[in-house]
Amino acid sequence: MSGAFTILSELEHDALTELVNIGVSRAASSLRKMVGQHVTLSVPSVEVVTRKTAAALIRERESELLVAVRQDFEGAFFGRALLIFPLASSVELVRAVTGDVLSADEMKEMESEALAETGNVVINSCLATMANMLQKPLTMSLPQVIRGDGRLFFELEEMDTRGGVVLFLYINFSVGGWDIRGYIAMLMDLPSLDALKSLINEFIQRVIGPEGQSNEA
Amino acid sequence: MSTILIVDDSKLARIVVGKAVASVQPGWSRVEAASAEEAESLVDGADVMIVDYNMPGCNGLELAERVRGRFADMPIALATANVQDEIVAKARSINVTFVPKPITEDGLRGFLSGAALRLKRNV
Repeated sequence: MSGAFTILSELEHDALTELVNIGVSRAASSLRKMVGQHVTLSVPSVEVVTRKTAAALIRERESELLVAVRQDFEGAFFGRALLIFPLASSVELVRAVTGDVLSADEMKEMESEALAETGNVVINSCLATMANMLQKPLTMSLPQVIRGDGRLFFELEEMDTRGGVVLFLYINFSVGGWDIRGYIAMLMDLPSLDALKSLINEFIQRVIGPEGQSNEA
Repeated sequence: MSTILIVDDSKLARIVVGKAVASVQPGWSRVEAASAEEAESLVDGADVMIVDYNMPGCNGLELAERVRGRFADMPIALATANVQDEIVAKARSINVTFVPKPITEDGLRGFLSGAALRLKRNV
């Protein structure tokens, strides 16, 4: 893909995709408990792109207004995680999570809170799984709900001078019969991505052992 | 000698499963497939199968169902972190063992030992 970086080797990319896969699978199980319906996931695609490319990727796919739940994370690597939905999906998601117990007015009132809580569960499942597998704790800020277009989400003023990149994870998920789709993005700068890269390498060494990449034990 | 077919789109995951198998059942030979399609072309030579759930194209449960249709007695495990009721129930209904991801030797031992016993009995 144009605009993609080759910061990660093939095996590092494979390992990161597997970590994300396990993370979002857990997130789906958590979401299943919240909505009481089966949650179907696509296989995540993981790419490291510039913030500009990430914004363009979203713009290509989504023409309408977007809603995102944003949480900052900090630890051995740091950055910002975003769970992004098209506006219509976010309304459907809130409806799926709150069930049929709320009136239209109540739902409007609850929307941000329900989104923040859902985002918190999904993002935490994902990041906590990664942190556990990489054996480095991460602390998470409180979730914030923001609305706008892709460009706004990927602005990260304080990181500009250090070359912000986006670890762009694209997953499709649908909930029961609802038409809900979303994206997960992690914004990190290059030093942070380097730190993640070396943790991924430690992880690879841990799980495949000293015999390296050989498949023959 | 028994042969285990390891199906996962992640190379790293295949290596991890392969290592666990080598340690618990060192006598088994291991064959790998990176997709359900590849697995279907290799399954005839296998006695045991462990399959990842979330793969591009055909998912692991669909693959397991097809393989189960051809091999009623083959020990099959589904590896996933996605423990939703629907997936667990579906796996049980086609007699497929659930193995939690991330795969560990301990997590896989029960399935592998059970499979070894079943294979011995069927000889």
